[in-house]
Amino acid sequence: MRRQAWKWLLARLTRARTLVTMKQVGLNVASDPLMSLEYIGVKGGMVVLVADDPGPISSQTEQDTRTFGMFSKVPVFDPCSVSDAYEMIQEAFEVSEKYGTPVIFRATTRVDHGYEALDVKDVEEYQKTQPEGFVKDSSRWVIFPRLSVKNHALIEKRNVELSDVFSEYARNVIIREKEYSAGAEATSTVRSGATWCRKGIATQGANYGYVLDSMGERNVRVMRVATPFPFPEKLALEFLEGLDEVLCVEELDPVIERALTYVCGKYGLQVKIRGKKTGDVPLSGENTLEIVDAAIAGFLKEDAAPAQAGACKDAAPAQADASQPPALPVRPPVLCAGCPHRASFYAVKVAMKGQKTIYCGDIGCYTLGNAQPLDMCDTCLCMGAGIGIAQGVYHTEPDTKCFAFVGDSTFFASGITETINAFYNQADMTLVILDNSTTAMTGHQPHPGTGRTVMGQVVEKVSMEKVLRAIGLTVVETVDPLDYKLSVETVKRVAQEPGVKAIIFRSPCIALTKPSGRSAVDPEKCIACGKCIRELGCPALILDADGKKAKVDPSLCTGCTLCEQICPVGAISGGCKNDTVKKTEGGKEHA
Amino acid sequence: MRKNVILCGVGGQGTILASRLIASAAMKKDLPIKTAETIGMAQRGGSVFSHLRIGEGANSPLIAKGEADLIIAFEPGEAVRQLPFLKKGGAVVVSKRPVMPVSAMIGKSSYDADAMIAYLQANVEHLTIVDADRAAAELGSAKTLNVVLLGAAIRSGELGLGEAEVKEAMKERVPDKFWELNLKSLAWSK
Repeated sequence: MRRQAWKWLLARLTRARTLVTMKQVGLNVASDPLMSLEYIGVKGGMVVLVADDPGPISSQTEQDTRTFGMFSKVPVFDPCSVSDAYEMIQEAFEVSEKYGTPVIFRATTRVDHGYEALDVKDVEEYQKTQPEGFVKDSSRWVIFPRLSVKNHALIEKRNVELSDVFSEYARNVIIREKEYSAGAEATSTVRSGATWCRKGIATQGANYGYVLDSMGERNVRVMRVATPFPFPEKLALEFLEGLDEVLCVEELDPVIERALTYVCGKYGLQVKIRGKKTGDVPLSGENTLEIVDAAIAGFLKEDAAPAQAGACKDAAPAQADASQPPALPVRPPVLCAGCPHRASFYAVKVAMKGQKTIYCGDIGCYTLGNAQPLDMCDTCLCMGAGIGIAQGVYHTEPDTKCFAFVGDSTFFASGITETINAFYNQADMTLVILDNSTTAMTGHQPHPGTGRTVMGQVVEKVSMEKVLRAIGLTVVETVDPLDYKLSVETVKRVAQEPGVKAIIFRSPCIALTKPSGRSAVDPEKCIACGKCIRELGCPALILDADGKKAKVDPSLCTGCTLCEQICPVGAISGGCKNDTVKKTEGGKEHA
Repeated sequence: MRKNVILCGVGGQGTILASRLIASAAMKKDLPIKTAETIGMAQRGGSVFSHLRIGEGANSPLIAKGEADLIIAFEPGEAVRQLPFLKKGGAVVVSKRPVMPVSAMIGKSSYDADAMIAYLQANVEHLTIVDADRAAAELGSAKTLNVVLLGAAIRSGELGLGEAEVKEAMKERVPDKFWELNLKSLAWSK
């Protein structure tokens, strides 16, 4: 999807301004157009906003898009806060337009997932551009090797120029330590052994805020790098002037650390550059105030932090001297109460019990199918990979029943070509599409199966049944996963068929529909067997006050009725199955 | 005025809406505000937190350990999890209703919510315990726990914001048909 959206939005040739947004893993998918686009350039401003995820909190990788900028030769902007980002993105567009290049606007979690009070422009203050339309010029817009080699030279020259431009850029700043004078305290000059040593800190992004919060009254020179590529070399030389040691405080790759080490080598400077490579800053994970504070304290060789230096110095909590807290609840993320994916996974699990199977998962809410007690996700790699892995397993282990679970959005984004590959190359596998009619994990973005475009237009849906049949699949069945019996029967039957076959479990995400009732357990009938709790793992199913019989939490229950259908004694009732899915005879879908 | 506030709970409990209400109430008073939220996978039943830094002088949206003036906890275990962030003499507003993790229900972990409340009582002087079940029964809805807790937070005196600003922010963000319910919820802990 990201790649297609990219191309559609690529009004690059027409002088329209374009903003493309994605995460770092989305940029991997979009890397092909980006790498080539840099060689032909853009006419209208184009900003590629990439959200990096140190931690990672919600991603597969901890890759650094600043490094991708260097690799693709695309200039990179690195905002440090929400308000900084608001102004910087406008400047990013200006650079893009002036130099005819796409630019990367790389923000991280603490900029992406936060709010800040800021003054916004009035509508009439925004620049309006009039796209001039596409003007034919094949010598410019058709990428042949001859054009590439010519433009490559120009790109390298431009990036040298941009390095100078960025050295003057107001967001690349040096905060100077107060000058040393007799009587005044110069804490940036720290006694190290017998000599005095002048120290500085180079930082970026959200870390700039942590460094400033941590610095307090400490008097150390600080450089913030807002444009890591092309690196502002002249500014760095100014920063390094007279310093003996520099600590680089950054997240993900040691980008500033490498750049400064290079600058020192190039100009023969005797400055020791410290950071991730020297073990002063963690190589992986998200930085916190505490991590940054400890790194700075270690760098400045402070034994105990001075009381006035920074808010987080007194990291000991108010309760430090109190008793140890009781064991904290363990909360891995789980599928929501009433999530139709739970019903789909459970049906497949029951239908395939006792057989040799592999369940290949994918990227979306349904990755949470791996949690206990469902345990229905044996692999998860990247978008669309589940279908590829399932067919790969079949080709090496033909006696394994191979299942690939993919969401509706992921199917349209990255599942179709994988399905064609599996079908054409004679795999034997069951494709299970979990169609909840939205892109739930990332915030309910529309996709081609929703009938609504990103601009809110209501359009004809792309039918996944028709797509699958057009590829050549003959067994394509659509079933409501909240119909437990029918779902189990369908899986049993379809899994026996040869070749690539598909089951579409279609039931809307609970975030899109109102609860259709609430289930309740009749304590008279409940035999305290625990099956509902133990097998479904629904957050709405809890134990009653005695800790024996099941109880439904009415504030979470959506009335999906799955627990009602599996209760061996019919002790649960009150829910209402959502019958919005049109079922044709025997659950079969006729193309 | 400078206040560091942490909201915490379990994904799906409405912490993000509450943090937006506080942020926009602060803006009504022309106070600078910076926030950091948990968004993404943890929203599905995981532990979530929001950090809010209200007032001048905050360079980053994150609060350091031992520096929060107030913790608004939607769940007792989550209050204890965030307690290292509370400053000496800081306030905690906590809902005493636990959200049981699935892992505890299926016997893969354990969770004693009463022990959490006892721990809070023993270690936090300025503690407000909100009976969410009674609030839900009296208000006729469990959906406004966030506003009930917000009301208690105002009355703790550590939020630094008054009812007037919070009501004004609510007016903009809460649908008209739920206005009365939210107003009652805000006043419930009085």
